[in-house]
Amino acid sequence: MRVPLSWLREYVDLPATETGRDVQAKLVAVGLEVETVEQIGAGLKGPLVVGQVLTIEELEGFKKPIRFCTVDVGDANGTGEPQEIVCGARNFAVGDKVVVVLPGAVLPGDFAIAARKTYGKTSHGMICSTDELGMGDDGTHGIIVLPPEHEAGTDAIELLQLVDEVLDIAVTPDRGYCLSMRGVARETAIAYGLPLRDPALLDVPAPNAYGYPVKVADPTGCDRFTARTVVGLDPEARSPIWMQRRLQKAGMRPISLTVDITNYVMLELGQPLHAYDRTRIDGPIGVRRAQQGEKLTTLDGTVRVLDTEDLVITDNRGPIGLAGVMGGANTEIADVQDGEHRTTEVVVEAAHFDAISIARTARRHKLSSEASKRFERGADPQAAAAAAQRTVDLLVLLAGGTAEAGVTEVSAPAVPRTIAMPADHPDRVAGVAYGRETVVRRLQEVGCDVYGQDELIVTVPSWRPDLSEPNDLAEEVIRLEGYENLPSTLPTPPSGRGLTDRQRLYRRVGRALAGSGYVEALNYPFIGDAVLDQLGLDADDARRRTVKLINPISDEEPALRTTLLPGLLGALRRNDGRGSHDLALFETGLVFRPTGAETKAVRLPVDRRPTDEEIAGLDASLPRQPRRAAVVLAGAREQAGWWGKGRPADWADSIDAARTIAREAGVEVTVRSDRHAPWHPGRCAALYVTVNGEETLFGHAGELHPRVVKDLHLPERTCAMEVELDVLEQAVDGALQAPRISAFPVATQDVALIVAENVPAADVERALREGAGELLESVRLFDVFTGEQIGAGRKSLAYALRFRAADRTLTVDEATAARDAAVALAAERTGAVLRGA
Amino acid sequence: MSAPNKSYDPVEVEALKPEEIERMRDEAFAAFAAAGDLDALAQAKTAHTGGTSPLSLANREIGALPPQAKAEAGKRVGQARGAVSKALAARQAELEAERDARVLVEEAVDVTLPYDRTPAGARHPLTTIMERVADVFVAMGYEVAEGPEAEAEWFNFDALNFVPDHPARQMQDTFFVQGADGARNDESGVVLRTHTSPVQARSLLDREPPVYVVCPGRVYRTDELDATHTPVFHQIELLAVDEGLTMADLKGTLDHMVQALFGPDMKTRLRPNFFPFTEPSAEMDMVCYVCRGASVGNPDRPCRTCGSEGWIELGGCGMVNPKVLIACGVDPQKYSGFAFGFGIERMLMFRHNVEDMRDMVEGDVRFTRPFGMEI
Repeated sequence: MRVPLSWLREYVDLPATETGRDVQAKLVAVGLEVETVEQIGAGLKGPLVVGQVLTIEELEGFKKPIRFCTVDVGDANGTGEPQEIVCGARNFAVGDKVVVVLPGAVLPGDFAIAARKTYGKTSHGMICSTDELGMGDDGTHGIIVLPPEHEAGTDAIELLQLVDEVLDIAVTPDRGYCLSMRGVARETAIAYGLPLRDPALLDVPAPNAYGYPVKVADPTGCDRFTARTVVGLDPEARSPIWMQRRLQKAGMRPISLTVDITNYVMLELGQPLHAYDRTRIDGPIGVRRAQQGEKLTTLDGTVRVLDTEDLVITDNRGPIGLAGVMGGANTEIADVQDGEHRTTEVVVEAAHFDAISIARTARRHKLSSEASKRFERGADPQAAAAAAQRTVDLLVLLAGGTAEAGVTEVSAPAVPRTIAMPADHPDRVAGVAYGRETVVRRLQEVGCDVYGQDELIVTVPSWRPDLSEPNDLAEEVIRLEGYENLPSTLPTPPSGRGLTDRQRLYRRVGRALAGSGYVEALNYPFIGDAVLDQLGLDADDARRRTVKLINPISDEEPALRTTLLPGLLGALRRNDGRGSHDLALFETGLVFRPTGAETKAVRLPVDRRPTDEEIAGLDASLPRQPRRAAVVLAGAREQAGWWGKGRPADWADSIDAARTIAREAGVEVTVRSDRHAPWHPGRCAALYVTVNGEETLFGHAGELHPRVVKDLHLPERTCAMEVELDVLEQAVDGALQAPRISAFPVATQDVALIVAENVPAADVERALREGAGELLESVRLFDVFTGEQIGAGRKSLAYALRFRAADRTLTVDEATAARDAAVALAAERTGAVLRGA
Repeated sequence: MSAPNKSYDPVEVEALKPEEIERMRDEAFAAFAAAGDLDALAQAKTAHTGGTSPLSLANREIGALPPQAKAEAGKRVGQARGAVSKALAARQAELEAERDARVLVEEAVDVTLPYDRTPAGARHPLTTIMERVADVFVAMGYEVAEGPEAEAEWFNFDALNFVPDHPARQMQDTFFVQGADGARNDESGVVLRTHTSPVQARSLLDREPPVYVVCPGRVYRTDELDATHTPVFHQIELLAVDEGLTMADLKGTLDHMVQALFGPDMKTRLRPNFFPFTEPSAEMDMVCYVCRGASVGNPDRPCRTCGSEGWIELGGCGMVNPKVLIACGVDPQKYSGFAFGFGIERMLMFRHNVEDMRDMVEGDVRFTRPFGMEI
């Protein structure tokens, strides 16, 4: 809502010294979001006067037509002589009243006016267009031709209201009444403690039976419909300058007198109005829901197929307007320039429509109008008659019309809305002792009728449909008493337990990965089929079952991620493209894994707590959303430098990242080789953890498949790991049991075992551990060797075994026996042969 | 009368003469002093303190002396040997110190050599700033609550008093999830949560009052990515429901938060606003973190962060609408509450002078790495 300060002053006697910024501060404090204060005509300095064109001499020989004019500017030039002015515009004639700026004046934009030679003549000033005066574009692109009644020499700055301030207010959905001068004036009056001149307080004739016939078939959708008729309109009459200027400052374009009047009254009172050309209506006006298949061409020229929920205005032919949203083209007021037909009699509609119905229609037809904006937020049903009267008055005054005596008013019975509230309720909401007297006074200021002592019965004003609960009334009191005056106190919550184990684990995982050199990236979760193809996922891969969005940002990426890898690999590629080649990135976040069995989420009631079954039903509508962690690596894991060689990131780093994560949970990872897209089939590890005694898949790691690397344009040998943190959380096995430390000496035995190349080292180690028995303190693989000495298809694994007993120094024989047992079991399980044996 | 000592050997006794012993001692001193390094000293040590050194040999002669001479000779030799041993130790220490000094010089390195063998990792500043904010409340006794990102409309809107068809429901540009049947309609009843507020409803349904929770998380709105918008962003939400909570408590909690995060001289300002799930509702501003209000009315020192307004808009807040309490099974006659929420991206932008939203989104390591582990 754009509010010219000069217009606002018509309803509230603000001190003359108050600036737009002052009013802004006051209104912000009471809850109107005044976003900007526009200074109109800033820097403008006269003389700027009305002139009458006396002579026009067309100058020849120039590239464009030029006129040399003499203009009567009265005494404004000090001499009373005609002013000689050169002008390039052509939309005026001898005798026209125009706006003349004289030498010495300054136009907006620091444009100083002086007499100057041009086209062989001296121009003593300028004849002005709207643009030059900072009035905004009025669509004519020509100079301003004023109505003839203004006298030459009159100050045009005052006449055209060129200097003003306009408050631009972002009206929140609960304050529909502030989409009007009347509403903003009310708030201003309260904020300043000044009386309000309510423009809706008009004498309105009582309804009678002679008005234009109106039939409301749907009183729920339309609980009030006022119709008034004005005849004998002068089709040549134009909107007066003051009205055009107010409309312009409010952000609307002047169109024709009748339309301007309905817009003006809407801005003034907040009541949307519609004027029908009476000669174009066929029979009684009706209000009903549209019928299947009905169509209507609205004023914007669009043909709209109506829905049976749409509320329409009709005549005998069918719909003539989309109620409360936009009128139809078939009953449009004919403009002065519209050729033969000229509107001389109109039916004025001032109705009140159901907010939800209008909101749905506006949304259905993607048609938000000034009218629908007001009805959606709740217009004042009591203002309809006054708005109709105001429109009639202006048509009579400005268009020379005659109001017919008939007054149609169809209205459903309305009961005033009351709210019962303890008088101290605002005090208890705010934590401030306002007292009953203040509460009552503030509520009266916003238009409520208040009765009662300890228990107040508050009748809310018709323009405040948002006031329905005691807390709504409390807000009115508190905001008018000033949010800035609220004290600052601290509540005392019950002693807390801190973060949960799960939350602490998630934080540790992030810290551990960052501590290992990984940089966190938070990627968008939007994916498309293309990336799933590029990852080489099988047609039946579970990661292809996605949650899809109805209105995605990009049609290429309409689905939600089922894996963190697409986003992370995208970030890797972006970094690589920007010249960072040695990369280790990580992300933790939710993935969306629908089962396909999700139910439709029902809309539960809100007037009670839903049952546990109902809540479970809602949860069953949601896809599973497990939390995952993933890393991607490329380039060097260790840099080369003066210390020696670097080391490229490889598959082992990616598996180690999973161990780093698991270590934070105190959980051991079991690694098995696997074939799983998008990984290299020979360099892919499946990672398992133990959940409730069962080995459970935790994720995958390794080097990416070369084809995936190529298709996704990734650096060569890019590696990746992805695990499910929810599984890890389940694998956490109570508090760690402290190890017992033996102070007896260690006995070390090294063994080198030769096994077939395809035997996993993990299997050999597991056998050694089991075989060695409880004397084994640790086993560590310190070398892997292949070569001629070992034989083709075989490898040698060298282990350091450390034995120790809790209660004695081990003898060599004891250690050797344990080692032999270990080797024996490894031989039995994996075919291992002791090297050199 | 006395008898001559048959074993008395005048030649050997010569060696125990005081001047002889002094000479041996001084020769040892000279040899030690002459030793230029530890090897030479070791040789001198053998020569002057070893088993065949003159003093050792002289010592052996003492036994041959008549008893009355033994004590005197023994004392003389002992003193000489003691002095030699002391001189040796002193020279040993001296030479070792010299050697050590030399070796340490030889072992010196250029400690200014750069070392970036394993580049440091970092957590994303959005993650760490959310943790930091949450920790302020955890320290006050709040719990951290979580909820799903694909959320039922009932939790995201209805339970929070976003009435169907109310304009407020259109204020947030919502991503709608397709139904499980794949039909491209809006009937699934599931959306990507447009704010962290559905966690409020979940928390109230999960717990008995008093409820004090803080909910950080990711939220979604259908904005295109540009310098100041992103369709995926982060919020932190706070909810307190207890007996007798007031707007003054809300104000105090906000003041505490901004002081904990931005410094003890920080304060907040409330302005009336509208949100469906709070009533009364307010917009929350804090004193500009950058100019601290110094730019207001001071054209010489304009502040880009607050537009020289002196205040930064932080988020929305208010008293929990009793309708929300009812929908979540909490008796509004007995309990009241307050809630607030704000965008983390915005806080990061002004707290750390981030100019472009895209820097937080793209995952460029050059942006994230300097933020390290904590913020």
